[in-house]
Amino acid sequence: MDAGKGFEPKIVAFCCHYCAYAAADLAGSLRLQYPTNIRIVKIPCSGRLDAQYVLDAFEEGADGVMVAGCLEGDCHFQTGNLHAKRRVCWLQGLLKEIGLDGERLQMYNISSAMGGEFAEATAGMTERIKELGPSPLRKEEG
Amino acid sequence: MIVGEQKPLDEIRGMIAGHKKLLIVGCGTCVTVCFAGGEKEVGILASALRIKSKLDKEEIIIDEVTVQRQCEWEYLDGMGEEIEAHDLVLSLGCGIGVQAIAERFPNARVVPGLNTSFLGLPEKQGVWAERCAACGNCLLDKTAGICPIARCAKSLLNGPCGGSHGGRCEIDPQVECAWQLIYDRLQARGELELLEEIIPPRDWSTSRDGGPRRIVREDLQFEE
Repeated sequence: MDAGKGFEPKIVAFCCHYCAYAAADLAGSLRLQYPTNIRIVKIPCSGRLDAQYVLDAFEEGADGVMVAGCLEGDCHFQTGNLHAKRRVCWLQGLLKEIGLDGERLQMYNISSAMGGEFAEATAGMTERIKELGPSPLRKEEG
Repeated sequence: MIVGEQKPLDEIRGMIAGHKKLLIVGCGTCVTVCFAGGEKEVGILASALRIKSKLDKEEIIIDEVTVQRQCEWEYLDGMGEEIEAHDLVLSLGCGIGVQAIAERFPNARVVPGLNTSFLGLPEKQGVWAERCAACGNCLLDKTAGICPIARCAKSLLNGPCGGSHGGRCEIDPQVECAWQLIYDRLQARGELELLEEIIPPRDWSTSRDGGPRRIVREDLQFEE
């Protein structure tokens, strides 16, 4: 894989409306920069995450997928983020079985007040994916 | 309901190897509610197989369809053209669904994507357990509504064996002793005297021992 210079990953971030999405907004309000590699998709709760969304993202050439829900114990719908955690764990196993690095999918817990942490998480995820290199399913720009 | 479980991806890949046009057929009944072979699972499996084939640089077209019930002709008949247009059908129905497709479309090559596990129910979200062995001669009236044929490892008819410890079966501490369950329920109802009736050896010809089974209801049949 041609990991290294010049590779700008595309990362799809499924963000819960009640926390991570608001945290991304807060990061913006605070004038905190976070990588432009992130494409945010708002979902009503991380528990709404469908395994198919994640597979679709990878099939369409995403280099990484992050799922961001509320802090554990703070889910607006009580346990949606815990469901998401189990689903992400199952999906990481499936990705590994398929032969795609399960590390390309990560779950984060970020409250709506954690704008700084959101910026850090997205930067961390971008670095992680840069290290892994482009997804073998990546589509050519055009 | 019929409970099934998807086969490992590698086994499915082995079955579809060498084929160029695959149709994955889901079933909208039992295997949908046990999250094994419904529309959602068809979509996930199709994505997984597409990604895997891209990684392995194999060319395969994978299409998806889910019918309400794979085990009834009228739901299958509408699929004829689609089945003909593919060189392999991967059924995510139970064993009945796989056979129904193969029987209705004799030219189609059909392979199973699921293992049909048992007749059971979801004990709780994400946990399914066997409840019926389809023995063809129900005795639940004598056993407080708990089936010793399906739930006792030895299918005993008159009380537990020596392998019952603390209400659990010796084969696995996760498995409850069916006869302990029966005893407890009869005791709670004040009906322990029911256990004094000895259940005689059964005629297993209504079960698998009698060969493939068939029910004919002339009152329901149409004129030939």
